[in-house]
Amino acid sequence: MSELISLTAAETAAKISAGEVSAREVAQAHLDRIGAVDDRIQAFLRVDTAGALKAADAVDQAKAKGEQLGPLAGVPLALKDVVVTNGLETTSGSKILSGWIPPYDATITTRMREAGIVILGKTNMDEFAMGSSTENSAFATTHNPWDLDRTPGGSSGGSSAAVASYEAPLAIGTDTGGSIRQPAAVTGIVGHKPTYGSVSRYGLIAFSSSLDQAGPFGRTVLDAALLHEVIAGHDPCDSTSLDVPVAPVVAAAREGANGDLAGLTVGIVRELGGEGYESGVTAAFTDAAQRLEAMGAKVVEVSCPHFGYALAAYYLIAPSEASSNLARFDSVRYGLRVGDDGARSLEEVMSLTREAGFGPEVKRRIMIGTYALSSGYYDAYYGQAQKVRTLISRDFADAFQTCDVLISPATPTVAFRLGERVDDPMAMYAADLCTLPASLAGVPAISVPCGLSAGLPVGLQVMAPALADDRCYRVAAAVEASYGAPLIASAPAL
Amino acid sequence: MPAISREEVAHLARLARLAVTDEELGVFAGQLDVILGAVARVGEVAADDIPPTSHVVPVTNVLRPDEPRPSLDRDAVLACAPAAEDGRFRVPRILDEEA
Repeated sequence: MSELISLTAAETAAKISAGEVSAREVAQAHLDRIGAVDDRIQAFLRVDTAGALKAADAVDQAKAKGEQLGPLAGVPLALKDVVVTNGLETTSGSKILSGWIPPYDATITTRMREAGIVILGKTNMDEFAMGSSTENSAFATTHNPWDLDRTPGGSSGGSSAAVASYEAPLAIGTDTGGSIRQPAAVTGIVGHKPTYGSVSRYGLIAFSSSLDQAGPFGRTVLDAALLHEVIAGHDPCDSTSLDVPVAPVVAAAREGANGDLAGLTVGIVRELGGEGYESGVTAAFTDAAQRLEAMGAKVVEVSCPHFGYALAAYYLIAPSEASSNLARFDSVRYGLRVGDDGARSLEEVMSLTREAGFGPEVKRRIMIGTYALSSGYYDAYYGQAQKVRTLISRDFADAFQTCDVLISPATPTVAFRLGERVDDPMAMYAADLCTLPASLAGVPAISVPCGLSAGLPVGLQVMAPALADDRCYRVAAAVEASYGAPLIASAPAL
Repeated sequence: MPAISREEVAHLARLARLAVTDEELGVFAGQLDVILGAVARVGEVAADDIPPTSHVVPVTNVLRPDEPRPSLDRDAVLACAPAAEDGRFRVPRILDEEA
């Protein structure tokens, strides 16, 4: 394995900045790695070789001109295909958008380009980010580099697999109910879901607008923090974007790495553990909690009584919003059109197009949402789910009265086998059990590796109050430091 | 909670503009029944006096000065469409001939 691909993002940027290596060499090393392993991993839906080398050359030229480079200039990144890229096909994992070449960039795409980040290509995902294994992609099955017969999680499984297999040091995912944290956990890397509203959603293909949030993946906590600071911040193009300062997550990651958590109170959420959790996951989690205590944190148990209803509330709210958001795929303005023979009506063509263009999980969720929002059922389903959402937010508020952060396993099990849950939607949904409460409450949460269970990675989830993303990074960096080297270093060679 | 029939799935599919097949009707009826049965748990929580949450952050209408500024290029936008004609989206007929 080339030395250049095993470096962290921070190390890579430092070497480029110091003139020890060119951005082009770094980009080429990663493109070569993709060429060597991606037939087995299938993390990428498309690799943009020309665009990546052009972006890298621009960084090298800026360096040659003596310009000051940003903290991630020249660092390659894998971008989830839900994020719009000007001139580069964007499908959100769906046949209905196959061949769509967007005429604009998402705000986070613009920010990354301006920071000199080199976008290597677009990664595989569950169609419209609906899924927990990336098996709902219309195009490819992505494999977990720790065990190619297992899923890399989802819906951002292409991004997690790309980082875990050293195809890129950084990636962007999006998290609606756990789609960054769960894939990060099962591939042994770091993934953070920022506070809702702190990263612009402009140019994210919408799934569930009150929940969707983009965030970073990295092999280290510091790398994720560096990317977080590039993408976060107010955006007038997103009406839910918060006009507040970005949490100091890079400083927090550096501070946490010193391993001193004195004065911090950590709450173990009683409802996110016990029955239904794999024993190896529970053991790794317990060990992580002991590490936090050993570093000076006060670890207590807290109860969040309504978290047990998060799954039910989420699988009403998210499909309801999805059924509305996905109405835009009407065969008129972009994407697929099927059955337009000159005789059929617009409505017939629309129905045939959506039938042909959407996969089964998307259809299921559209119909669940349509049901939950229909008159006669609205109050009992959607309305009641929104009230549960309030109660979950109150549980968090109560817990944060006494705790600085809350912790839980990031997933109830390690990576499951490909094919194991595809025909059982409820089993698939259960993969998000631990991550859903933070999504519904809009609070930040990170997954950081906390050991192995039967040779497969386990993630520790650290949740913090809204806008206190820095606490997630501080605690995660401390956990990471307690293991010495990042756990991903023990992944089997590809 | 109600069992979801094939007829109900057909109705939902019609509302959602999905031309589902006969085979799908049966599969989806079974699956939607299981899912809706599970998510109906939200009804176990007594929440009469609890306000609903639609967004976790305060959502206010965001306004900007009404000043002209460049938008996406028309031809670039139409190039993404399945069919365009005379600078417009071309759509299948929306009215019956007799109408």
